[in-house]
Amino acid sequence: MIALLLVALLLGAWQLYAVHGPVDDLILPAPSEIATALWEDRALLWDNFLVTAQEVALGIVAALVVGFACATALHFWRPLRRATYPLLVASQAVPIVIVAPLLIVWLGFGMAPKVAIIALICFFPIVVTTLDGLGRVDRDTLRLLRTLDASRWAAFRFAEAPAALPAALSGAKIAVAVAVIGAVFAEYSGSSEGLGHLILQAIPQLETARAWAAVVVLAAFAVALFYALDLAQRRLLPWTTNERTS
Amino acid sequence: MHSTPSPATASAPALDGQGIRVEAATRRYGAVTAVEDLSLAVSPGEVVAVVGPSGCGKSTLLSLVCGLERPDAGTVAADPAALMPQRDLLLPWASALDNAALPLRLRGAGRREARAAAAPVLAEFGLAGFERARPGELSGGMRQRVAFLRTLLAGKPVLCLDEPFGALDAIARAEMQRWLADALAREPRTVLLVTHDVEEAVLLGDRVAVMSPRPGRVVADLRVDVPRPRVATDPAVVELRARALAALGGEAAA
Repeated sequence: MIALLLVALLLGAWQLYAVHGPVDDLILPAPSEIATALWEDRALLWDNFLVTAQEVALGIVAALVVGFACATALHFWRPLRRATYPLLVASQAVPIVIVAPLLIVWLGFGMAPKVAIIALICFFPIVVTTLDGLGRVDRDTLRLLRTLDASRWAAFRFAEAPAALPAALSGAKIAVAVAVIGAVFAEYSGSSEGLGHLILQAIPQLETARAWAAVVVLAAFAVALFYALDLAQRRLLPWTTNERTS
Repeated sequence: MHSTPSPATASAPALDGQGIRVEAATRRYGAVTAVEDLSLAVSPGEVVAVVGPSGCGKSTLLSLVCGLERPDAGTVAADPAALMPQRDLLLPWASALDNAALPLRLRGAGRREARAAAAPVLAEFGLAGFERARPGELSGGMRQRVAFLRTLLAGKPVLCLDEPFGALDAIARAEMQRWLADALAREPRTVLLVTHDVEEAVLLGDRVAVMSPRPGRVVADLRVDVPRPRVATDPAVVELRARALAALGGEAAA
């Protein structure tokens, strides 16, 4: 309720500023204009949204799979962890704008480089949270498993991996917002479709309202993704929420 | 009813080993000596309750018997032992059935096979209807039952129980003591039961070993010749309780 009120207030202020303020509406369109663009360009936005949504969804899934596998490897071999962790952090500091063209050279103009870029962005938070989750398993639990003759692998499979799963999903939730920005950057670097591509085209055509409409769609998508992951966490891993209420 | 034990678990081990034999064992952690010159023998099939003040090295004794740690001096020899830790340490994502069946899975059984073997045991020990409940949905007493059955299904001749009912309220505790006595009557094992509750020790043990404060060693070894089922108000139980408390207190004063 308060959230809605807040949004309404912000939109109202924006509307007043855009209409009566000193900024040209080619630079900052009013919310009413954006709403009009959302409606009039709905077919165009929808088609491009499907492309971007697919890239983001595939990117996050790829990051989850690769990130979980990497975290597992780093968890099992401490030397590897010590050796590659700084590199991992460093890789996160490299701006995507620099890497994107390279990936496009390597992977072509299709879906692949976009998925790779998004996966690259999401990879880091997932690895960090997963690694944390794997390490957070009670030492007493691991001792207990040893008295039950569990192998190292069995301890991972029955105790550590299930414990790390919620952590990996939390990482993915953190990654969602940046994943959407990553998708726009990826499309900027070379593409013929997608919401990023649409924004890139709309701005020189002075279709600012359309660009903003695309941003609204992207933001809504990020929110939806976040809650979808939240729902997945509750549905697939119900004990994480059960624990809190009991 | 309890005179003819009929093992319910297919994995019930034979009790023809050596039991537990701890001789002059010492274990240090850095500057702290947890147990020193500790000797204790438990025959196969015998239930020995170990009481002692907090921090007297009771858990260390169990770690040694379970082979999780080695003594710095002395010897520890025991048949294969399964540990029931102080906290139940059930896997929060797994059902009661899967938690109890965990040792079977760890030994390579498939999910279906392990469940089929564990389900009748759960039913026999008063958990019918709760097979699919997760630990978060179970009461403290039920969680301890599941943890105990997990230990039982490990199929090892020795059970090391580390204050299994320490976290329960008095009523649940008394109920669980009866339950455990009944369970051990059906499924005889060599048991080392660590507790800080002298009454519990006398109710459940064939013998009560009293440990000194750290560094822990056995300062009294009382035989409990009271027929089962035992009740706390039985004069023989009360008397043994007093003797064990005296042994504890005498050591504390020394």
